[in-house]
Amino acid sequence: MNALTLWFHKTGSPPTAYRLAGRIMPWCYGLGLVLGLVALYGGLVLAPRDYQQGDAYRIIFIHVPCAWMGLFAYFFMAANAFIALVWRIKLSEVLAMAAAPVGAAFTFITLVTGSLWGKPMWGTWWTWDARLTSELVLLFLYLGVIGLHAAIEDRRQAARAAGFLALIGVVNIPIVHFSVNWWNTLHQGSTVRLMGPSKIDGSMIWPLLLMALATHVWFFGSVLARTRIGLLELDGGKDWVRAIALGETEARA
Amino acid sequence: MKPGSTLAACAALVRRDLTLVWRRRGDAANPILFALIVVALFPLALGPEPEQLRRIAAGVVFVAILLAGLLALDTLFRSDYEDGSLEQLVLSPHPLSLLLACKIAVHWLTTALPLIVVSPLLGELLHLAAPLRGLLPLALLLATPLLSLLGAVCVALTVGMHRSGMLLALLVLPLYVPVLIFGAGACNAAQAGLPFAAPLLWLGAALVLVLVLAPLACAAALRISLS
Repeated sequence: MNALTLWFHKTGSPPTAYRLAGRIMPWCYGLGLVLGLVALYGGLVLAPRDYQQGDAYRIIFIHVPCAWMGLFAYFFMAANAFIALVWRIKLSEVLAMAAAPVGAAFTFITLVTGSLWGKPMWGTWWTWDARLTSELVLLFLYLGVIGLHAAIEDRRQAARAAGFLALIGVVNIPIVHFSVNWWNTLHQGSTVRLMGPSKIDGSMIWPLLLMALATHVWFFGSVLARTRIGLLELDGGKDWVRAIALGETEARA
Repeated sequence: MKPGSTLAACAALVRRDLTLVWRRRGDAANPILFALIVVALFPLALGPEPEQLRRIAAGVVFVAILLAGLLALDTLFRSDYEDGSLEQLVLSPHPLSLLLACKIAVHWLTTALPLIVVSPLLGELLHLAAPLRGLLPLALLLATPLLSLLGAVCVALTVGMHRSGMLLALLVLPLYVPVLIFGAGACNAAQAGLPFAAPLLWLGAALVLVLVLAPLACAAALRISLS
């Protein structure tokens, strides 16, 4: 076995992955928090007011990065599900299932912030715009994956079934996006559009990109935290988990 | 047909499934009754004005048939799972995807086709516009096999569960969104006097694609949930 495959197998084994994730996780959280606060300061304080939308536009500093993360998390989940199904790697199963609730949360935040922004700008909380609808379907896809994972008793089988569903969904996302666009443009002209990121000023773009970076880092921190718990659950009866559990009770006593 | 060949196995499976449905032919009427009741609820909720009903008729019929199909999906593998014959199918030397395709085809024939047959009646209940009388069954003819095939994949994932109804709806409905948009979209376009061939062609293209891929996905999903 050469060095690379050895490293690969070692890192993929639950105890090593658990320890590694525990070491990386605080860095992700810390970096995400710092970057996020700087980006928020840049977005909410430093960036100028929009001449048309006033201060209300500032919600995009949350909204847009979360929307990106909703999609990114789905592809992260699907990629891990693919690896889990093809090569039967335990760690990928856990990673995929850890990403699902985080991605769902980002998608939910996107919908909520978009609706908060829509009330003053469009005069309505919700409109059946193509983008809104496909985001809603994305949320349902997430909830389906989470629901299926929760409904099956056997953890590995649950992860495989839910991962399979995630892969079907990845085929579905572009189709939904396309069909919803088609559906909307048939019925009415696009009266409402979210602003394109290319038409944005430099003083507004840097907090946005920084926030995108922060959400990515935060996402990985959150996924790693969930992965650690997922690994403990998966290997519940094994020695290394028992050692951790006993070590922690001893430390507390 | 040589005994033991794949073709013979498929034929036997089709014959068996048809016989089973025939023995319980009372159940076969349930999806139709369900769709009928759902359609009947709309005038009760919205008021009996023909103009208003005509505007939403095609969409309501589409959704009613979609929901009826969703409820009927559960019967696809349920009894086979309970009496163990589903595991025999998985263990058989013939390609599982082909056998499942036969099962799905029989299921479509016995649940969706009757719904398509009664769809003009459902449309008439809602004063469906005259130019749509031919188009709605045609759109359904293209859409319902898609619904059955996509649904079968999700049913295969939930096959071992006891109360899978709600979960199944959560899994299946996001996948149904494009089918609904194109199917009902074609009807709405026709009603508005717009060209409606494109969505039907899209449905046809999707049907060809899913007809090939869904049985394979269904087989893979079934292997996961029976492992």
